[in-house]
Amino acid sequence: MVSLETSIGSLKLANPVLTASGTFGYGTEYSDFMDVSKLGAVIVKGTTIKPREGNPYPRMAETPSGMLNAVGLQNKGADYFVKNIYPVVCKLGCPAIVNVSGSTIEDYVAVAEVMDSLDGIPAIELNISCPNVRQGGMAFGVNPCSAEEVVSAVRKAYHKTLIVKLSPNVTDITEIARAAESAGADAVSLINTLLGMAVDAERRRPVLSTVTGGLSGPAVKPVALRMVWQTAKAVSIPVIGIGGICSATDAIEFMLAGASAVEIGTANFIDPSVSAKVIDGMQAYLSRHGFNSVKEIIGALEV
Amino acid sequence: MKKYQLDLCVRDNIHIAEDAFMLEVTHSEPLPESEPGQFAELLVEGSNKTFLRRPISIHDYDRDGNIIRFLIRRVGPGTEKLSELKSSDTLNVILPLGNGFVFRNQSVQRPLLVGGGVGIAPLLFLGREMKACGIEPTFLFGGREKCNLLRMGEYSNLGRVFATTEDGSFGQKGFVTDHSLLEEEQFDYIFSCGPTPMMKAVAGFASEHGIGCQVSLEHRMACGIGACLCCVEETKSGNVCVCKDGPVFTTDKLLW
Ligand SMILES: Cc1cc2nc3c(=O)[nH]c(=O)nc-3n(C[C@H](O)[C@H](O)[C@H](O)COP(=O)(O)OP(=O)(O)OC[C@H]3O[C@@H](n4cnc5c(N)ncnc54)[C@H](O)[C@@H]3O)c2cc1C
Ligand SMILES: Cc1cc2nc3c(=O)[nH]c(=O)nc-3n(C[C@H](O)[C@H](O)[C@H](O)COP(=O)(O)O)c2cc1C
Ligand code: FES
Repeated sequence: MVSLETSIGSLKLANPVLTASGTFGYGTEYSDFMDVSKLGAVIVKGTTIKPREGNPYPRMAETPSGMLNAVGLQNKGADYFVKNIYPVVCKLGCPAIVNVSGSTIEDYVAVAEVMDSLDGIPAIELNISCPNVRQGGMAFGVNPCSAEEVVSAVRKAYHKTLIVKLSPNVTDITEIARAAESAGADAVSLINTLLGMAVDAERRRPVLSTVTGGLSGPAVKPVALRMVWQTAKAVSIPVIGIGGICSATDAIEFMLAGASAVEIGTANFIDPSVSAKVIDGMQAYLSRHGFNSVKEIIGALEV
Repeated sequence: MKKYQLDLCVRDNIHIAEDAFMLEVTHSEPLPESEPGQFAELLVEGSNKTFLRRPISIHDYDRDGNIIRFLIRRVGPGTEKLSELKSSDTLNVILPLGNGFVFRNQSVQRPLLVGGGVGIAPLLFLGREMKACGIEPTFLFGGREKCNLLRMGEYSNLGRVFATTEDGSFGQKGFVTDHSLLEEEQFDYIFSCGPTPMMKAVAGFASEHGIGCQVSLEHRMACGIGACLCCVEETKSGNVCVCKDGPVFTTDKLLW
């Protein structure tokens, strides 16, 4: 039997297949379709210190091989999470990682402190890359100095595995990745959505209430692969690959490019059991190619 | 209610009007139990112009024949591709989704079911379930012209059918809320599905007359199961997901 075990910092994962924040709810939404406990981890929806209503409808536009979203971090806040969602995600049977968002450094630190105190949450993913909030969000992730500042502040307050999620809406993603690494991140995950836009020509109006939104799905995969490849060479901490993954082959491509694990996002909407299929397909690929462990293919791309 | 992702078998795909068709699907095992007003997310295969699934209401659910019917209007590439399905093709479907119309515990005796355009689709299943409970539904349908009024014969097997068209080519001329039926008779509950302006007018009529009203919303969806938060409607209790908390809402919860 091939081993799918991998690790992100001190966090051991049964396999490298995670579900991406904002696309998998709190995990329970998918339990009718697959055995969620088989996942490497579930990354739950972006959580902020105070509740957020998010952006007005319409928040979604379909695009060729993808979609734009402008959800805007709708969530019920950290207190609600602790009381109502934490008990549920603790029972998923796989690690639950919380995606932490905010508008100010204080906000990020406050949520990180809350998560630090929850024994059932082994890691957080710091979202410094959300394109759909007016303040904060992506602003921290597009500049190495502010990225370093927010990651350092959170690092002081948070003692478990700290993953920093990077924005692709930058000139050089490796600069931001290095800033996160030097500020104490245990891993980086990339990419968040690419800033995009959709126009309704008939009505001569933007499709999204916010005009611009974040592009995801297979349309972004080549960009994401390139960024994972560049980042994996630039940092020595693990990289988690995200962007348009729909199949085991897609996931393996990211691992060959240097990812230690992958997250599946938009593909869950098309096939709610896709992540279980990716785990099985990965196992089959590794056996077929005579590998003993998935770790052997991390960064194994021959150039 | 447990949701299923199933490969269903297309039994028939029937041309109903110039821009509408009825897709009949079946399965080797009993189809999941569903409520009127619930919907399914249909996978559109072989189209490079679509990416997401398409939400479609359950138009009719035939338990004896193990058949689900979808009544669909062709409006774009997704519905176009679905219209090309042929018998014995496979259709991947997620169902049943959302919360349907609630009539059993509402002490409804004289319900009026108001539909506009292809929004009449879920009202056939609803009318059938009402009739099975001994409640006689009355249907009031609106369309731009006669050809927009679909499958009237089926509905008339379940109850009386009244109609309006904007051009007067069938039934009374005007909008559903102009129909004389609303003056002549009294109803104790309204269930409605169709274009938002029509449902808003119907909800206004219901609140003026102090009767309960449920409407089915058709927001754009990505996941259909409450995971992505793309399909929100702003309500008195904040943003809720149409796919999970709806698509049917009592109008007193909405900010209409
Ligand atoms: C819960 C629910 C139940 C539905 N039930 C039925 C049904 O029983 N029968 C049926 O024919 N249709 C139904 N619809 C609508 C159906 O989902 C859309 O018509 C379909 O997705 C259009 O896909 P398309 O690729 O053909 O067209 P698209 O290219 O996606 O759209 C064609 C045009 O319609 C507009 N449009 C598409 N979807 C929406 C929307 N949700 N709100 C506003 N404008 C929109 C687009 O902007 C575009 O102008 C339902 C929708 C929902 C949410
Ligand atoms: C509807 C939607 C909501 C999202 N919400 C979040 C979020 O709250 N936090 C976050 O870090 N990323 C969020 N993302 C980004 C995804 O986690 C992922 O990075 C991105 O979609 C690219 O992966 P994909 O192509 O596999 O979807 C969201 C994406 C979508 C489509
Ligand atoms: S469509 Fe995803 S939450 Fe409703």
